Amino acid sequence: MTDDPHTMNRRQLIRHSAWFGAAVGLAVVGGEVISHVAGTAQASHVQGRPALRFAQVSDSHIGFLGKANPNVAGSFSQAIERINNLGYTPDFVIHTGDLTHLATPEQFDQVKQMMTGLRTPHVFTVPGEHDSVDDAGQKYRSVFGAGTRGDGWYSFDIAGVHVIALVNTLNLKKLGHLGADQLDFIAKDVAALTNDTPIIVFSHIPLFAMYPDWGWATDDAAQALSHLRRFSSVTCLNGHVHQVFSKTDGNVTFYSGTTTAYPLPHPGDGPAPKPVTLPAGQLHDALGIREVSYIRGHDTLALKEQALQ
Amino acid sequence: MPERHQGARVVLLAAMLLAGCSSHQSATSPPSVTFGSGATTPGMPGMSGMPPMPNMPAATSTSSTGSPAPVAGNAVNIDNFAFVPATLTVPAGSTVTWTNKDDEPHNIVANDGSFRSPGMGSQATFSHTFPTAGTFDYVCGIHPFMHATVVVTQ
Repeated sequence: MTDDPHTMNRRQLIRHSAWFGAAVGLAVVGGEVISHVAGTAQASHVQGRPALRFAQVSDSHIGFLGKANPNVAGSFSQAIERINNLGYTPDFVIHTGDLTHLATPEQFDQVKQMMTGLRTPHVFTVPGEHDSVDDAGQKYRSVFGAGTRGDGWYSFDIAGVHVIALVNTLNLKKLGHLGADQLDFIAKDVAALTNDTPIIVFSHIPLFAMYPDWGWATDDAAQALSHLRRFSSVTCLNGHVHQVFSKTDGNVTFYSGTTTAYPLPHPGDGPAPKPVTLPAGQLHDALGIREVSYIRGHDTLALKEQALQ
Repeated sequence: MPERHQGARVVLLAAMLLAGCSSHQSATSPPSVTFGSGATTPGMPGMSGMPPMPNMPAATSTSSTGSPAPVAGNAVNIDNFAFVPATLTVPAGSTVTWTNKDDEPHNIVANDGSFRSPGMGSQATFSHTFPTAGTFDYVCGIHPFMHATVVVTQ
């Protein structure tokens, strides 16, 4: 029983929810899920295409050379391949940061070249702290900052959904940080929207307190979220923590996504968030991509995690 | 520890309905994107969008790391996501050298903005000279939960 992975995952999940006092989303494991998903997908055929469907990829860390993943470019290529074979063309792909490992021009060039292979009309990004190591994000913005505001934030509307992409990896003192200019942007950006407009927010560092001791939180997130309280559906997607996690707080649901590079420990497991080297053959189970779809009239988005194995 | 990652195919279902994988789509065309910020659109086109944008210029940003070996007494090691020692006391005019002993990159960022290192890969070093007395708190800009202090005496 102890080596049953399903048991492990469930126990782990329960432990997490105890730690954080969080409401963890419905979790189903392994084969059970797949059949469940197949069934519901079948049932929804009658409704046709979701109003919006996109893919999230995160934390590719191009340039990482550690033993936790000796070939991060290879696994990011697999992630791109996976997105290109979803069976439909995602309306866009979002990369939620740490595109590169050390923000060198060569790493930015490589990750951008790779992402031009994504079969989708739009590729969006937000920076991670690894993309803004030594220059407050200048090199990041020279590659990915066209059309953005401030230090790289922006918003857009698609299929009746309002999407906000935030930058919370600059001027770090301990936690993620948005800053006064960006908070002001959020307030003005949503001012004219009606309460029933679905809101999706992207950031690299979580906007919820996943594990502040390791910097897995954003110090002024509460102010940002205060501007979003009146909306009936708010979904925040982040990277940074290299593992799937979710939490619901009132009208807002937070989803941490996994990585395409290497796993990090679960919160508080060990002294620091150091890359975890898994036994041979297990790495690709911990890496993955995420599909997200929105069906008009539903307050909650549908998420599906896909491992790279 | 490793068993945690077994069977990592955890699927979180946010809603009861999931229509993503259907190969049975309606013929609806993809939704268009409207940007609030004006003429230039953020992001980049994917393969089914416009042709790729030109490469960015390959500007070089060589770091000034890799300086001489740390001098005993004025050295700080970065080890296991911690600065050792956490408080270093040196006389004014001293040069302090940090060495990254971790596999992960780190850097050194003064809270008052008076000094900042480039990203330091494994075994990279960074040196800074403190001409005047004072207490200088700093963090790793990549992992800002790592913090330490240099106390400079007269």
